[in-house]
Amino acid sequence: MVSLSKLLPGQFGKVVSLNAERAVDQRLMALGLLPGMVVKVVRRAPLGDPIALSFGGIEICLRDIEARDIFIDIAADCPVPRPRKKL
Amino acid sequence: MIEDAQARVVLVGNPNTGKSTLFNALTGLRQRVGNYPGVTVARKSGTCELADGQKVELVDLPGLYSLAAVSPDERVVVDALLGRVKNEHAPDVVVVVCDATNLLRNLFLAAQIAELGLPMVIAVNQMDAAKARGIEIDGPLLSYRLNGVPVVLVSAWKGEGITEIRRAVAHALTHKTIFPVVAWPDAIAKAVATVALTAERDTQQPVPEALAQRLLFDSAPTIAEAIGWSAEAREMPIRQAREQVRRSGLNPPAAEPMVHYARLREILEGVVRGVNRETTTVAVDSILLHRIFGPLCFAVIMLGLFWSVFALAKLPMAWIQNGVDLTKAFAASHLVSTPMLQSLVADGVVGGVGAFLTFLPQILILFLFVGILEDSGYMARAAFIMDRLFSWCGLNGKSFVPLLSGFACAIPGLLSTRTIEDPKARLATAFTVPFMSCSARFPIYALMCAAFIGPRYGAFWESVAMVGMHVVGLVIAVPTAFILTRFILKVRPAPFVLELPRYQMPKPRDVIWRMWQNAYEFVSKAGTLIFAITFVVWALTYFPRDPAVAERVRAESPQMNAEHLEARVQAAYVEQSWMGRFGKSVQPVFDPCGFDWKLTVGVLASFPAREVIVSTLGITYSLGKGADANSEDLRVAMREAKWTEGSRVDTPIFTLPTVLALMIFFALCSQCGSTVATLAQEAGSWGWAAASFFYMTALAWIFATAVYQIGSKLL
Repeated sequence: MVSLSKLLPGQFGKVVSLNAERAVDQRLMALGLLPGMVVKVVRRAPLGDPIALSFGGIEICLRDIEARDIFIDIAADCPVPRPRKKL
Repeated sequence: MIEDAQARVVLVGNPNTGKSTLFNALTGLRQRVGNYPGVTVARKSGTCELADGQKVELVDLPGLYSLAAVSPDERVVVDALLGRVKNEHAPDVVVVVCDATNLLRNLFLAAQIAELGLPMVIAVNQMDAAKARGIEIDGPLLSYRLNGVPVVLVSAWKGEGITEIRRAVAHALTHKTIFPVVAWPDAIAKAVATVALTAERDTQQPVPEALAQRLLFDSAPTIAEAIGWSAEAREMPIRQAREQVRRSGLNPPAAEPMVHYARLREILEGVVRGVNRETTTVAVDSILLHRIFGPLCFAVIMLGLFWSVFALAKLPMAWIQNGVDLTKAFAASHLVSTPMLQSLVADGVVGGVGAFLTFLPQILILFLFVGILEDSGYMARAAFIMDRLFSWCGLNGKSFVPLLSGFACAIPGLLSTRTIEDPKARLATAFTVPFMSCSARFPIYALMCAAFIGPRYGAFWESVAMVGMHVVGLVIAVPTAFILTRFILKVRPAPFVLELPRYQMPKPRDVIWRMWQNAYEFVSKAGTLIFAITFVVWALTYFPRDPAVAERVRAESPQMNAEHLEARVQAAYVEQSWMGRFGKSVQPVFDPCGFDWKLTVGVLASFPAREVIVSTLGITYSLGKGADANSEDLRVAMREAKWTEGSRVDTPIFTLPTVLALMIFFALCSQCGSTVATLAQEAGSWGWAAASFFYMTALAWIFATAVYQIGSKLL
């Protein structure tokens, strides 16, 4: 289990838990990001934050600080991309 | 006005579902835009004719993802659906607008609204986009599974399915088609009932179950505060109810979407068929959001926008300016016999109207581009790219466009803050927009640079000063936003969860309609106010008008030519007018900035609209009316101007420190009646407008004084 903010672009996995006490997580759950859902980190913004996620056919962006409390089981068949080089 | 007998139908749905396009199609642009009582949320309504000829009031509610309200916009939707808005009963039919490419997620909101027991119609919009992606939707099957709630497949963009909506709403009105509510697990049903009872007892008002669900489930206390259930009173019962739910193995905030989504998946089984092949958006994003090309494209788009605002607006602005000048001349030539009326019409009325009409082309072009960016889906990407630069000072990526617009004119910048969902970032952005160096500040920079900096220090320093003046506002605005969001604003920030919608072609009618609405708002609201203030300033600079003054001036220099004499007379009149006297008595306040009484009069007269400074200086420096930034006479007159009294007597007024102080003062000061009025409207209170006015004016004085004092010591 790993925090969503640790996933590299291209990686995906199943949601294990969210911090249900926060309004932002309630918003995400309303959008369908529930435990069991597969979520993929599509990319990071050019300046490193926020991150773009895709799940259930939609794409949203979320700040790193808000992705930290969302925990993911990285899928077994998930590619392990090399971390991008610093510009 | 709408009589009570008319039924009320509301449109509600997620953002980016094409709700406004549908609204425009159903009302045919017969719309009224107002405000919800007590909040700065626009209430858009119109008349819609149903299939049976019945006319209903159609209200376009703000877009939202969930009834778990955080922002004022979302709270308004909950209030409107519950019939809690003042003088408004609950809607008779709710049309839930869904995006066909994402039916499951869109129906979540419908399932929440179902708890209210209101007749419903499901409008599955953007069917064209769904078909292009290979998605098929079985409307009749969905309708059957929803106990006969009409399901209409619509493509509002193409105008398909609009007649069917009119028919479905009429059907829902007579047959009261109710979306079946979910079977809640026992623990939740019990907890909801307990919360409802306690809240009813504490707040002395009926609390329906749908409302009690919000109290139980919501992380943010927005709804609890809306019904006036105090933090102390609600803390215990809500905690106990949540504990009760938790004991049954469910987590309250998560339970609601889990229960709804589980059932909606069953309902949609076999309704949505086909693959979700999304290729275009992904391909476009791989370039527009690329870590190198993304920012490049962004810069090109924004520069293009900015260039258009200036370049395309130049010609129409010149036309309007010419029109204003011609009208002035025409009015003046026909009113020669009555000098007071002549001045009132030419300088007061025409000048006042002209002052803000000149900016109309820029505003229109800006809104055209903002509308295109918004409707195409690029705006969300721009926010994604820029967010990091703004998040640290409490703003967000969506603050960029309003701030950029501010460099042309603060009004469209302020109006475009409405695209920011987070109320805290919205207010902070609105507060910082007036610091951006708008085009009305340009003439005074140009005059000062061309008259003093260029000739003495060369073109290089002239351009440095120009750029510096455009940057100084930005430099002040950033810490202002930081302090404001960190320490002053008590507004609850909304989560920055931004959807990156599918790209789509903007519909020209929607874009042009919004541009028109914004322009209308600018002219009707800001226009009337600036007109009133301009009139007051005119009166202050005109009266009293003692003929003895003119006679004295004429007697002093009998051999002067008529034109120069007339200019002298005008200057003498201004000097003894109320404004002139006021300027002289206020001059000590501006003395530390190095301003003499003439500059002080210029500064004071510029408060309603800063662009009048150059023409006011033209009058006070005895050049008559009609001086502009390029007028050589004005430059010469200003270079020759000397102090007439005090310790600096007979030394030039316009030294480098004074010139810089004057430019800094204009860069920072709040000298625009329209901006103050628009800020009051967007922030929802005159308190914020007053705060902005005094803060900016005080900063302007402090910086001008600092520049003059330090400059005078050093040079």
